[in-house]
Amino acid sequence: MAKTKVKSKARAEGELGWKELEIGCFITEPGNSSQFKTGDWRSRRPVLDLSKCNKCTLCYYYCPEGCIAKTPEGYFQADLFYCKGCGICATECPKDAITMVEEEK
Amino acid sequence: METTAVHGPGIITEEEPFVPGHRACSGCGEALAVRLAAKAIGNNAIIVNATGCMEVVASPFPYTSWRIPWIHTLFENTAAVASGIEAGLKAMEKKGLCSERNIKVVGMAGDGGTSDIGLQALSGAMERGHDFLYICLDNEAYMNTGIQRSSATPYGASTTTSPAGKESLGQMTWKKNLPAIAVAHDIPYVATACPSYHRDLMKKVTKALETPGPAYIHILSVCPTGWRCATDDTIKIGRLAVRTGVFPLYEVENGQYKISLNLPRLLPVKEYFSLQGRFRHLTDDTINMIQERVSREYSKLVEMASKSGEKATPEE
Amino acid sequence: MAKRVGLEVSIALADAVKLANADVVAAYPITPQTHIVEHLAELVANGELKASYIPVESEHSAMSACLGASAVGARTFTATASQGLELMHEVLYVASALRLPIVMAVANRALSAPISIWSDHSDVMAVRDTGWIQIFVENGQEAVDNVICGFHIGEDIRVLLPVMIHLDGFSLTHVIEPVILPEQSEVDRFLPLFKYPLPLDPGKPVTMGAFGPPFIYTEVKWAQEVNLEAAKEVILECWQKFGKTFGRHYSPVESYHSEGAKVLLMTMGSLSETAMVAVDKMRGEGKDVGLLKLRLWRPFPFAEFRQAVKDAEVLIVLDRALSFGGPGGPVCSEVKAALYHEAKKPKVIGFIGGLGGRDISMSGFEEMVNQGIEIAQTGSEREFEIFGVRE
Repeated sequence: MAKTKVKSKARAEGELGWKELEIGCFITEPGNSSQFKTGDWRSRRPVLDLSKCNKCTLCYYYCPEGCIAKTPEGYFQADLFYCKGCGICATECPKDAITMVEEEK
Repeated sequence: METTAVHGPGIITEEEPFVPGHRACSGCGEALAVRLAAKAIGNNAIIVNATGCMEVVASPFPYTSWRIPWIHTLFENTAAVASGIEAGLKAMEKKGLCSERNIKVVGMAGDGGTSDIGLQALSGAMERGHDFLYICLDNEAYMNTGIQRSSATPYGASTTTSPAGKESLGQMTWKKNLPAIAVAHDIPYVATACPSYHRDLMKKVTKALETPGPAYIHILSVCPTGWRCATDDTIKIGRLAVRTGVFPLYEVENGQYKISLNLPRLLPVKEYFSLQGRFRHLTDDTINMIQERVSREYSKLVEMASKSGEKATPEE
Repeated sequence: MAKRVGLEVSIALADAVKLANADVVAAYPITPQTHIVEHLAELVANGELKASYIPVESEHSAMSACLGASAVGARTFTATASQGLELMHEVLYVASALRLPIVMAVANRALSAPISIWSDHSDVMAVRDTGWIQIFVENGQEAVDNVICGFHIGEDIRVLLPVMIHLDGFSLTHVIEPVILPEQSEVDRFLPLFKYPLPLDPGKPVTMGAFGPPFIYTEVKWAQEVNLEAAKEVILECWQKFGKTFGRHYSPVESYHSEGAKVLLMTMGSLSETAMVAVDKMRGEGKDVGLLKLRLWRPFPFAEFRQAVKDAEVLIVLDRALSFGGPGGPVCSEVKAALYHEAKKPKVIGFIGGLGGRDISMSGFEEMVNQGIEIAQTGSEREFEIFGVRE
């Protein structure tokens, strides 16, 4: 999964003035939520054991974030910038290749 | 629109019109449903979204999780706005005001926005025969506003406005059969789907989009927050919903029923309920009553499907 | 050569929509708008108007369908009245906030209960705050002309706002009047093609209708307000251009025999025509009375209005709607607000009349003016007067 190319970082809260708004307050930067970090939500993260992964693609499909991407070697890794730690990938992996590990702190 | 290979291993399509960074709960089955549907929909489409979970999580200004055109206006008018878009595109193309782009018009709304407040608009749009796909994302309650019951809430489920208590066992009415309502409108394609059966879901979205006229897909969206289950179990629970017959997978093409996944033996509904806090209060008697009805409804479905003579895929 | 024909105003209005070459018409029938949507259906069925005609299942869906159509860049029209306008109430706010230049004819009709199919302005006044440009017309010609202008104004890149054309139900929609229908070629030259700047288009995706947290809502609404106020200049420009092209001139506030008048009567809509005749009679009798017709309701034309009343001593305002438990007439209360800070201002007397289709005759207006003058001198216990109610 490719991270959307964004042209400019979305302005922080409280910075945008009324004159800078698009008509109708439209958002004209498609998919710019890819700038938004949801990875700090989680309390555990998925750890992949490459030796067990058979590249079945189930984790890729079942991730509600869509943050599991194919590596150059063809394995599937969760992008921790987005991963909310739901554990679906670990539960569904037919090879038990993914383990949910508690985040420190 | 990308064509998607249906069978075989590997990734069907790399398209992700619905990107991460959205604010859906961890483990959200509805976000997954949207993501998978969007992959099948592709880039040459316009999405009309009702007020609800998916609208809120995907468009908190200034962020949007949509890489394709998307409009949200109100709660109950998804199908009406979609009608206007479809009619507008048709008129403009006919008058040469724009080139023929074969843009797919897709409406997405929750169970509340479809079964309750949005039913009129959906009915009107289906009757008028607009060429569009309507997807109902069914998490079986008004989840975005805090888990209140809708007419799609299943019998016995506890919600904040149908709570289980001394005088009540929760929702005391049976889930409204929206696919049947769609079929009654005589539209060419109706289907049920579940993200746990992702290829089936994506195949159905593709098929619906290729069918001229109105199409309706009802997607069961497991909601760990509202159903009080573990986020890890989203896919598992969806699978159980299907395999217990609570939410069977089927298509109805021009009135002909076709079961998508043959279930020679239904798993007991108790297995499905046991993973969800919203059913925790149910007594064995109630569960048996529900089991009896689920089995009966499933048999009816099998009977309707057998009339068409088409064979379903055996259980994977 | 433009023809002058006798036409039912509803039919003429629908013909204007045809001349404007609308792309989408959403239609739900409600008395007294039905002839408009019926004639539009005929025009589409005959191929005279090349548009998608959507026979929606409610007015809420009518305006919702208009949102969708306009959002993809189609020139969009609908019509409604009374209960229909109220049913689509929440959608109206969305249309203006999302800057979608839909044109809607409203056949002004009283609001239930009791159910009334006859004209007054209660439906209009209920939608004052919705952010639409709102123009009143008083005869068939004005209806035709302002529907065409409505598209021109709304679709202007500096405006991009929806426009309501208000015409009195039955007393205007159902009467046959002499109307000059412009030639198609004239209208084509006057009205540019609609090019919405940010439509829903897979080639250039936008997200419309994002949810607005507190940190941005004020800015969005302020941007909307600034834009609506600025629309007035574009409206004036359009009317000027229309006048040059077709020879018929419109302005936000129109005065009739009001030069130097000490007493001014103010009306909106088709009753202005009767009021004009009454003013003629009163002038003939030597009375110092003039008439103000408010044409542009939103954005309220403060400057033009203050200019029009600056020499008057008494301003009698007729409201065809009643704001219950408040200052009475919505128009009168806005007039008073507009004049509040003026150093020199007339005494404003507000009358509620013409409710639910009750007509006001020429002598009725005379009586209203006389009553108004008297109250201006003696004062009144009431905030406003009700005209013609039987005890």
